[in-house]
Amino acid sequence: MAKTNINVALIGNPNTGKTSLFNQLTGLNQKVGNYPGVTVDKKEGECKLSTTHTAIITDLPGTYSINPTSLDESIVLKTLLNRSITSTPDVILVIADVENLKRNLLLFSQIKDLEIPTVLAINMVDQMHNKGITIDITALKEELNTEIVLISARKNKGIQQIKEAIIRCHIAAKASPLCAIDHKIDPAYFNKLKEISPNYSMYELWLMITQNNYPESISKEEKDKLLAFKKDISKIKKYQHKETIYRYQEINRILQNTYLVDKTKGKDLRGKLDRIFTHKIFGYVFFTLLLLVIFQSIFHLAAIPMDAIDGFFAKLSVATKSNLQPGMLTNLITDGIIPGIGGVVIFIPQIAILFLFIAVLEETGYMSRVVFLMDKIMRRFGMNGKSIIPLISGTACAIPAIMATRTISSWKERLITILVTPFTTCSARLPVYAILIALIIPDTTVFGFLNLQGLVLLLLYALGFATAITAAYLLQKMLKLNTKSFFVVEMPNYKIPSVKNVVLEVIEKTKAFVLEAGKIILALSIVLWFLASNGPSSYKNARKTVIENPTNNNLSQEELEKIIASAELENSYIGILGKAIEPSIRPLGYDWKIGIALITSFAAREVFVGTLATIYSVEADDEDTSTIKEKMASEINTETGKLRFNLPVGMSLLIFYAFAMQCMATLAIVKRETKTWKWPLIQLFSMGILAYLASFITYQIFS
Amino acid sequence: MHLLKFLLLNTIASLQIGDVGYISEESLANIPLKLLEMGCLPGAEVRLIQIAPLKDPLYICVNGTHLAIREETAASIRILKSDQ
Repeated sequence: MAKTNINVALIGNPNTGKTSLFNQLTGLNQKVGNYPGVTVDKKEGECKLSTTHTAIITDLPGTYSINPTSLDESIVLKTLLNRSITSTPDVILVIADVENLKRNLLLFSQIKDLEIPTVLAINMVDQMHNKGITIDITALKEELNTEIVLISARKNKGIQQIKEAIIRCHIAAKASPLCAIDHKIDPAYFNKLKEISPNYSMYELWLMITQNNYPESISKEEKDKLLAFKKDISKIKKYQHKETIYRYQEINRILQNTYLVDKTKGKDLRGKLDRIFTHKIFGYVFFTLLLLVIFQSIFHLAAIPMDAIDGFFAKLSVATKSNLQPGMLTNLITDGIIPGIGGVVIFIPQIAILFLFIAVLEETGYMSRVVFLMDKIMRRFGMNGKSIIPLISGTACAIPAIMATRTISSWKERLITILVTPFTTCSARLPVYAILIALIIPDTTVFGFLNLQGLVLLLLYALGFATAITAAYLLQKMLKLNTKSFFVVEMPNYKIPSVKNVVLEVIEKTKAFVLEAGKIILALSIVLWFLASNGPSSYKNARKTVIENPTNNNLSQEELEKIIASAELENSYIGILGKAIEPSIRPLGYDWKIGIALITSFAAREVFVGTLATIYSVEADDEDTSTIKEKMASEINTETGKLRFNLPVGMSLLIFYAFAMQCMATLAIVKRETKTWKWPLIQLFSMGILAYLASFITYQIFS
Repeated sequence: MHLLKFLLLNTIASLQIGDVGYISEESLANIPLKLLEMGCLPGAEVRLIQIAPLKDPLYICVNGTHLAIREETAASIRILKSDQ
């Protein structure tokens, strides 16, 4: 028998355990895609319901209502209304939190009125006893006229029942509205609306006019009739208010007899924690300490696996070299591909730790408290309390951070957040910072407990953040945009993070980062290796020129080989390119090799380390087993005879990387989110000029 | 006269931490739809939990939902104090 495929849309308020349920239903069978035409990530997963039925589950962004106030929430409306945009959902699975059932049922009542078969999953029922909640499930099913399943997504309870309910609901395919809003508000008005088209339910037509969202399938004539309703905007606004009040009246009536809360029960842990976390002083102290812990662990905890990975790739290179026939292909593998891949793999520990912290902060509900604490401050700088989430997750990667600005409803606040987010120190800068700090800052302890290297790293993060808010302040003064700012944030109850959710999040994000960056780095390292080991006639004659130079006559064979290798590199294609840009970067203290790394790191910042690794590997002799760090540490400035990566050059590079907009992917995402090239180009040039000037000043101060 | 002025000025923003009030019916038009949808309905009980530094935003519990709203929004929603 052929299997039946059911398209299921998973919808719910934020903080109801939607992600947990999605993870339980789909496990590792998830993929992240894009909605065609819209730039929002679409998470989909397959779930085996029974031997005869399979479901494709789409995880929609969390929302309180079908009436969107942000870009994120508008996806839910678009998926349900413009059915062509994705495959139409056959069944909608609405998840609600047992503790906030009343509020959660508002969204449920709106969805039910769309007349699509709906299953209601009431989550966190394991908490019912503690909170003193009792539900008359039979009566509630009757009243809501729907399938209801009590679940505990985290404890994996009720999942089988959900699967069965989806199949039953799909087979029965019956759907009826819950709240007949037309009868209660203005029957004549809504009857006129209903008569416009027989193809849509009255509520769908109502949403089209209230949300200005007309599906492609609607005819021109019908659309014109709908637009005629829009003449009386104040009436629409008034009826929307009335609609919401009526829905709550219905929900209250239904819950009165079916949902009971014994208020004497329930412990007030939330209140105690809030007194600390949202406190006028302790709240900020705790937040600062938390950031300190995060950055110290990124530097400290990650160091051990990173050293091991670094050493492993250096050894692998040598082992490969001694086991393969010498030749072009072997050189490509040992000098191009292996250092290139090693350059990506080495970031995994740091990135995973960073993603881990961010996932935990979001899961626990602490992030909302930070939003609360920061709103007034951020507003001074033209942003919104919610901007703190992009700015913090920007420490992982600017791309998801810029996408996270979609929750900000004011366009001006959102645009400013998008423009300044690339100043926050992303994980791609981390390997650059880490290696430079290790080279120029001594590994000592200050103030008795702080590691100096960790402290410098923290200062670089602080610099990025300070620049971001300064830039935001200037933008707020310069941008002539008047958009209304509205702010409301739910403060969810504190939760112990689910290990499964956190682990899946860390794996997914780290994998995406490593694969994306890995592809670029691998390709670039092959190109680089080719450009560094080939060249015009001066490259081919380099060996002869060096040997024939009389000043080199008394040198040992080993020393001679070293000079030949660097002469060859200088005359290779990459050497010629680097030499060409050298004059413009010399004031910053850089030589042409660093110049090459600056150019390639435009693809992705972390390529800087890999590029230098490839350049120095080509130059080094075959028995060299040293790691990238050791190679950089021993690199000599041929003009001064001193170390290349000394304090002035290192500081200048750190500052350059702190400010420059050096990531093609970020530019692309800014273009996508702002829908014009204007903003990414402004970002590229203003950040580039700032980086150049600041590094110039830094170099002059330190040298 | 003084008392009347005091009554008129009672909004969510004038609550003290820990105070409880009830959203007045006449505020309906001033409540943004989004807040209404989150349970901030006329007649609902509002409790002020915390105020951020500089008196903004306000952390409230309304109708069982915990929310943070800005002072300007809070000041536009009138309430009746529990002792009135």
